[in-house]
Amino acid sequence: MTRAIPPAEARDQFTEPVPGEPVISFEDVHIGFEDREVLQGISFETWPGETKVLLGEGGSGKTLIMKMAAGLLRPDSGKVIVMGQDIGDMPENELLNFRRHIGFVFQEGALFDSMTVAENVSFRLDEEQADETETDKRVREALRFVEMESSLERYPGELSGGMRRRVSIARALVDRPPIIFYDSPTAGLDPVTCQTIMSLILRGRDLQGATSLLATQRVQDAFGLANFHFDKGSGHILRDKLNGRAVLGPGRTSDATRDANSGGTSPTNVLVLRDGKVYFQGAADELLSSTDAYLKEFLASAR
Amino acid sequence: MPAQRETLESVSSVLADVIKQQVLAVQDYTMLSVESIKNVFTPPFYWMDTLEQMDLIGVGSLPIIMLTGFFIGGVLVLQTAAQFERFGETALTGDAVALALVRELGPAITALLVAGRNASGIASEIGSMVVTEQLDAMRALGTDPVRKLMTPRVVAMVLTLPLLTVVSDFVGLVGGFLVAYFTLRLGAVQFWTRAIQALDFGDLVQGFAKPFIFAFIISTIACFMGLRVKGGTQGVGRATTSAVVISSVILLVVDTFVTKLLLWVFQK
Repeated sequence: MTRAIPPAEARDQFTEPVPGEPVISFEDVHIGFEDREVLQGISFETWPGETKVLLGEGGSGKTLIMKMAAGLLRPDSGKVIVMGQDIGDMPENELLNFRRHIGFVFQEGALFDSMTVAENVSFRLDEEQADETETDKRVREALRFVEMESSLERYPGELSGGMRRRVSIARALVDRPPIIFYDSPTAGLDPVTCQTIMSLILRGRDLQGATSLLATQRVQDAFGLANFHFDKGSGHILRDKLNGRAVLGPGRTSDATRDANSGGTSPTNVLVLRDGKVYFQGAADELLSSTDAYLKEFLASAR
Repeated sequence: MPAQRETLESVSSVLADVIKQQVLAVQDYTMLSVESIKNVFTPPFYWMDTLEQMDLIGVGSLPIIMLTGFFIGGVLVLQTAAQFERFGETALTGDAVALALVRELGPAITALLVAGRNASGIASEIGSMVVTEQLDAMRALGTDPVRKLMTPRVVAMVLTLPLLTVVSDFVGLVGGFLVAYFTLRLGAVQFWTRAIQALDFGDLVQGFAKPFIFAFIISTIACFMGLRVKGGTQGVGRATTSAVVISSVILLVVDTFVTKLLLWVFQK
């Protein structure tokens, strides 16, 4: 038995941001493994429509933050609140329901290797027993968006790293989730493929307006998202009028901020992690103009 | 003296950690097994995945089960015939083959072969998914990996192993008969009549209850080993070996206790 795909907004309590509250909120979050505490009191907020870029050296805990925000890991202490719900204490069956409203792009793609590209992208819709015609339409649409429509019947093993990453983005976007997590989507790719992936993320952000977290070691990914936007009219990626200024707060919607701050793009802010703590939080141009020695060194080494 | 005491304390602390880890593993295994059973009674159900696994486990294992079953039946006749010939009672060969195969060798050897073939496959498949984050991806897409991956494998194994055992028993008897016919000149009627009459209800219960238990042990241990893989491809290799070794050893240990219990129940 199949059924029509319900709009993401009509499913349950996880679909609508609570007015005046951040979509994602970390409050003094700690997590460690064996004897090492990797994250030591992380606090930040992500507002509706915002893209928060998590920067930091390898092993600084960027992936852990993403996994905790998706409910894949539980914090040792502190609160992880998503869409007004504390997901740190949520039972696994409720978390499964919650995760139906997020998209997650894993570092290596994490495609199901025994399934074709089409089956990978349609996985969530198939699980929800969605109408086959509608599923097929959505899958083709998502794969067309990442320019992979010709690879419907291929297996992940036959694809290059960049292609796998693109399919993974299609899988995350197919259900048009309100929150998307990108875990190092450009890691290990050549510069040209990195640019392709980032332009896809940028287009997805500006077309769907989802709230997102993006972990990366490349500062140019953060500046790319902060300084450029996808122009729906011309179909091109254009530089913003005001570079990288995007500060959100209570009561400010993404549209209002979008208009006020960045001349068309969704707001992008940066968070730099160091030694398990938040070292810097703010807009991309603030990071660029910072006189802090560590940030300067980090920017120089991460380019 | 203080140095000796320190050494003793560190040894006892390491020992305590090892024991704790083993107890924790047993607890995790038990909880996972219970969850896999509970999933059978609540939606969503993955019938297609279950059927696919039944094909992989059942149909896929059929050739080796038939081949080994045939030769085990044959070799049983060769081994027992010499003893029966000493007393001029070669007619009893049918009884011996039937009882040994149906009560013990059929279930145990079929289970060991299926463990070797399928426990390794299940553990390596699930383990590979763990190390390549496919399991996390599944959870991130809102699907429970235990329900989607483990329960269909457990159900498929529990449904197919008894059937494979029946096939193995039958092919073993055919093998036994052919060897008996060519070496002892035992007639078909004599062999099959004795073989069938030797078996009573208790023997059949013993022979067909065991595969259900063995199947549950093999499939749950294989899934458990796959799901707790750590350490990349090397970890997958270790999990695969552990799945086969541990499930084989445990099923033989359990076999002893189940046999004793069933012999007591049927007053044999």
